[in-house]
Amino acid sequence: MPPLFPEQASTFAPHVDALYWFLIAITAFFSLLIGTLVVVFAIKYHRRSPDEVAQEVHESGALEIVWSVIPLFLSLVTFYWGASLYFRIVRPPGDALDIYVTGKQWMWKLQHTDGHREMNELHVPVGQPVRLTMASEDVIHSFYVPAFRFKRDVVPGRFATAWFEASKPGRYHIFCSQYCGTRHSNMIGWVYAMSPSDYQAWLAGGTPGETLASAGAKRFVEQACNTCHGEQKGSRGPSLVGLFGRSERMQSGQVVVADENYIRESIVNPQARLVEGYPPIMPTYQGLISEEGLLQLTAYIKSLSPAAAAPGAASPAATATAPAPERKSAKP
Amino acid sequence: MSQSTVSGSERPNYLNSGYGVKSWLLTTDHKRIALLYLLGVTVFFAIGGVFAGLIRLELLTPQGDVFQAETYNKLFTTHGVMMVFFFLIPAIPGVLGNFLVPLMIGAKDLAFPRLNLLSWYLYIVGGLIALWAVVHGGVDTGWTFYTPYSTVYSNGWVVVTAIGIFLAGFSSILTGLNFVVTIHTMRAPGMTWLRMPLFCWGMYATSIIQILGTPVIAITLLLVAAERIFHLGIFDPAQGGDPILFQHLFWFYSHPAVYIMILPAMAVISELVTAFARKPIFGYKFIAGSSIAIAVLSFLVWGHHMFVSGQSVYAGLVFSVLSSVVAIPSAIKVFNWTATLYKGSVSYETPLLYALGFIGLFTFGGLTGLFLAAMGLDIHVHDTYFIVAHFHYIMVGGTIMGYLGGLHYWWPKISGKMYPEYWSRVSAWVIFIGFNLTFFPQFILGYLGMPRRYYAYPPEFQVWNVMSTAGASILGIGYVIPLVYFFWSMRYGKDAADNPWGATGLEWETPSPPPTENFPETPVVTGKPYDYLTASKETAVG
Repeated sequence: MPPLFPEQASTFAPHVDALYWFLIAITAFFSLLIGTLVVVFAIKYHRRSPDEVAQEVHESGALEIVWSVIPLFLSLVTFYWGASLYFRIVRPPGDALDIYVTGKQWMWKLQHTDGHREMNELHVPVGQPVRLTMASEDVIHSFYVPAFRFKRDVVPGRFATAWFEASKPGRYHIFCSQYCGTRHSNMIGWVYAMSPSDYQAWLAGGTPGETLASAGAKRFVEQACNTCHGEQKGSRGPSLVGLFGRSERMQSGQVVVADENYIRESIVNPQARLVEGYPPIMPTYQGLISEEGLLQLTAYIKSLSPAAAAPGAASPAATATAPAPERKSAKP
Repeated sequence: MSQSTVSGSERPNYLNSGYGVKSWLLTTDHKRIALLYLLGVTVFFAIGGVFAGLIRLELLTPQGDVFQAETYNKLFTTHGVMMVFFFLIPAIPGVLGNFLVPLMIGAKDLAFPRLNLLSWYLYIVGGLIALWAVVHGGVDTGWTFYTPYSTVYSNGWVVVTAIGIFLAGFSSILTGLNFVVTIHTMRAPGMTWLRMPLFCWGMYATSIIQILGTPVIAITLLLVAAERIFHLGIFDPAQGGDPILFQHLFWFYSHPAVYIMILPAMAVISELVTAFARKPIFGYKFIAGSSIAIAVLSFLVWGHHMFVSGQSVYAGLVFSVLSSVVAIPSAIKVFNWTATLYKGSVSYETPLLYALGFIGLFTFGGLTGLFLAAMGLDIHVHDTYFIVAHFHYIMVGGTIMGYLGGLHYWWPKISGKMYPEYWSRVSAWVIFIGFNLTFFPQFILGYLGMPRRYYAYPPEFQVWNVMSTAGASILGIGYVIPLVYFFWSMRYGKDAADNPWGATGLEWETPSPPPTENFPETPVVTGKPYDYLTASKETAVG
């Protein structure tokens, strides 16, 4: 027997499948209802002689209302159910393990904060939320893990963030689900969901490269960001210490929470939303820094405010200025 | 009821009014233009169908073996472009709408006969340009032309294909405009809005979408061409453009476009169900009103194509609730058609078989739309074969059942000949069974997670793909049968009576095939449409 349903390997999967079953029930009910009525009427009212006449049936406003209101009610239930599920899926919990993903024609590059890098493979622990921050170097891709009921488009020019929590150890498909060119169907890979102990063993196994944040710190100096964004107040640009997750007032009067996409925008298009009190003197870095570089810089700037970056792992003393190379994922 | 004159081929009619090539290519007779459209849509459907067959052939095995990946991508792009823009959108308005709208309202022609001919030429030239692109190397963006792939990365003939679609779009606008003006200004005396056949209501609603929506896709395609040629940063993020803007513009037209395809099919079904149940339609005002409701709501749901693109969660909420609500007018129609059969005098000739097939495919396809309107579930099935199955059930299954059902119903009027009843029933069954075998397995594949537009796929998906390909072969045979017997009937078919089905409607009160001027004298309408009960009483008395 070929498979009918995909594996349930994330905390979302049973919820998505419950809605699926509800809708299958509705579909089956109405399809059978209409099908049965058509067949029964077809047989019962079959024309028996060529000049047979139909019987008169009066239209019924009440009937029209009944068969409008019942589907309307069911479709609104479906809407509410689907929307509440969606809200849970799009809002990441604070204590998630951060993974940085870069999609390009036609591969996925995945980086752990401790410096482990993977290509078309992703190792994650079971039982812990995993938050993906994703960027595309070229066209739109979409990171899809059917067993997790997880999908998110990775649109170039911005970061996409999304999260999942694996619930069952195993090996599951990663697909690119947004058509991205010739070898679209080769842009596939595997997620390995591992028990926490296996995951720790895996982390200890490889030799991690440089951490994202420290690579970002180097780039920060290379691009001479530090000449203006010093740690002391009174530099030409604002200090970035503690910036991530903070609300900042812009020159337009708008208040913006400094998230990944705000940091990204402030690098490639600094004039778009300028913090109040600073002159528009920063040049654009559009096209000068690769997507990976932007992810590294973002990771570095996030590491300057560890409390905001990982509220679940908050330590009050962590307002320190040093780029924090330790993994922020470990729960206390 | 009808003048039961014997239909003789010597009597002057629109078919024998001229035989030269010029008499066809320069005609302004809406009936002849309808036949020109019939020729066009049949050719483009055949091309699109062959490409579909090649796609299914490649997907028979998990690994890519029949074609190169790039070739495969061009196959599904061409299949989509041909079917959507050159078959599904023009088929029913171009062929049946052109032929029937003036006849049904008692007019001599459409309001702008020459514009009507221009509209056909734009369509054909657009189609030929798109085919030119296919022959010279093709285009591999998918029919959706998502940016920045289409504007920066694709090496195919994007601009040429876009020009072809652009021209076809103008054809669509002109047809819609012509129908709206005709319906407003040229109804026969006594033909009030609420006496109009539901087919005309459906065509009217469709025309509104064509006129209001099509300019947006035209602008969007121009912007794509501008970015490809002049490298303006409209959609390309490397130049400060926004790829999501393209999706908003594209779906602002392309979601309503689904209703450009399905509303005319619904319009046909309303005619068929009443004629073969020999009964007034149940809920005339509700069916007519639901067409207009669909036309309006169809413009407010485009964002449901973008639930995983990163659009605002709150925008998503609004699109989700409106997408759930748009199901209601469709449900109203299905219930009313079913109720029309109740206590009818139901005769199972081929057109009714197609109509019932439509109700089956449309009901199932429509209900699966709820899965996609529910945001949390859409995350999983978005861009998988679930979507492919859903939209084929609705806009392909639905539209083709409506189109073929209508073609069979009005063929005696159009050609003056009868087709073989046995073979036409066979075709209706073969198409219905083949269609379900092709596309039902794709729902399962989609929920299992097989992404669309995959040239190669993991081996565990193979069984369902083999079933789908097997179904496609049956479906292909189903489409060839009517092609053969329609051609056959033109020469060998029995002469058709003026009103072979005993149906009501002005088109049945004129000879088969109709004279060039449609009606010897302008008809006067005195009663409601689908007045089968009164009509039969009169016959009984007479």
